[in-house]
Amino acid sequence: MGELKVIGCSKSLFCTRVEWALKLKGCEYEYIEEDLRNKSPILLKYNPVHKKVPVLVHDDKPIPESLVILEYIDETWKLNPLLPEDPYERATARFWAKFSDDKCLYGAFGACTAEGEAKERAIETTLESFGYLEKQIQGKKFFGGEEISYLDLVAGWIPHLLNVIEEVGGMKLVDAERLPSLHEWAHNFIQIPLIKECIPPREDLVVLYSAHLSYIRSLEPKKQ
Amino acid sequence: MGDEVILLDFWRSIFGMRVRIALAEKGVKYEYKEEDLGNKSPLLLEMNPIHKKIPVLIHNGKPICESLIIVQYIDEVWNSKSALLPSDPYERAQARFWADYIDKKVYDAGRKVWPRKGDEMEASKKEFIEVYKVLEEELGDKPYFGGETFGYVDLALIPFYCWFYAYGTIGNVSLEAECPKLIAWAKRCMQKESVAKSLPDQRKIYGYVLEMKKKRFGSE
Repeated sequence: MGELKVIGCSKSLFCTRVEWALKLKGCEYEYIEEDLRNKSPILLKYNPVHKKVPVLVHDDKPIPESLVILEYIDETWKLNPLLPEDPYERATARFWAKFSDDKCLYGAFGACTAEGEAKERAIETTLESFGYLEKQIQGKKFFGGEEISYLDLVAGWIPHLLNVIEEVGGMKLVDAERLPSLHEWAHNFIQIPLIKECIPPREDLVVLYSAHLSYIRSLEPKKQ
Repeated sequence: MGDEVILLDFWRSIFGMRVRIALAEKGVKYEYKEEDLGNKSPLLLEMNPIHKKIPVLIHNGKPICESLIIVQYIDEVWNSKSALLPSDPYERAQARFWADYIDKKVYDAGRKVWPRKGDEMEASKKEFIEVYKVLEEELGDKPYFGGETFGYVDLALIPFYCWFYAYGTIGNVSLEAECPKLIAWAKRCMQKESVAKSLPDQRKIYGYVLEMKKKRFGSE
């Protein structure tokens, strides 16, 4: 297996998905918690370009960017494959992972911080994006079928983090009525023990995202 | 072999150029369909209903969207020659990281160098050069980003080369002066037939930018 370290932030969804992947593969690793307000020399050494978490360090070789890390983990350890073998199915999984991050995750962040009419528009667009994701999970227990896969890990922030973003942003995006399949998937996903054990306490996330929103608001020019 | 391969594309799309290069590297025969982005074809809307964007590769009737996803697909399907990604997982991760960097930074940095009102121009130009300097540092003294042979990262970046003349003249920011190793790399890539035939002429891009500038500001 070699020596594995994860430089991360336990509250970061990007770091959580890396931990899930490592646990699924049966990998043992050392977790190094970063204080992002005071970045350590080790983070700056292993991710000089972006200076961000997560970074996976395997035998002193760093790999940053969560989606790049997930593919590296999948290619290096063969237990519980994350991506399918068939090239077309792999391309499809990669497409939906990118869509989920770009449109659902960043859509939700945007809707959270927007105000007034812009907020309404952002909510509408993001709901549309979640609608596409809903179609992908219809008729399946997990995005990967009977077992969890790459796309489940990438979308895995939804069950534990989305309603925090909704609460902090004063909005509703996914519920049992609007998006029943996604709602059911979320319920099934979060029951899995190795998934559950990596999720940070909800209160910590509320504090983090509330602080983030306050910071964003403080940057805005004061209205006359 | 009986493969039907269609590429929905647009002549000056950086993303489309990546796919053209990949298909040429692999020697894949395909039908090129130029889209009118102001009047998208029913085929494009059917094959990419979510984003309605090019490029779209249609392989035996099945669509694949997003340029880097398409390139990886091409590399995995036509795997008997001209490997684009390395075989070692760590080197593959490095290649994916740098392609991701290019997607996150290079495109937007380029859009900001066109003259516009306000005094952020100097900051935009500085940022533009910094983005390319990071790439030049990663290239180092290697002939290509992947080492001895042209690969995934080279393919992800080289389409931006056809914009360099326009950046230098209209954008007034010269990569020739600031990043000579990168320019040498670009010229090396342009020696490859797969690259040269996939990129439009720099003057054609320059002509397009000039036209856009006239429309926006009314005069030169």
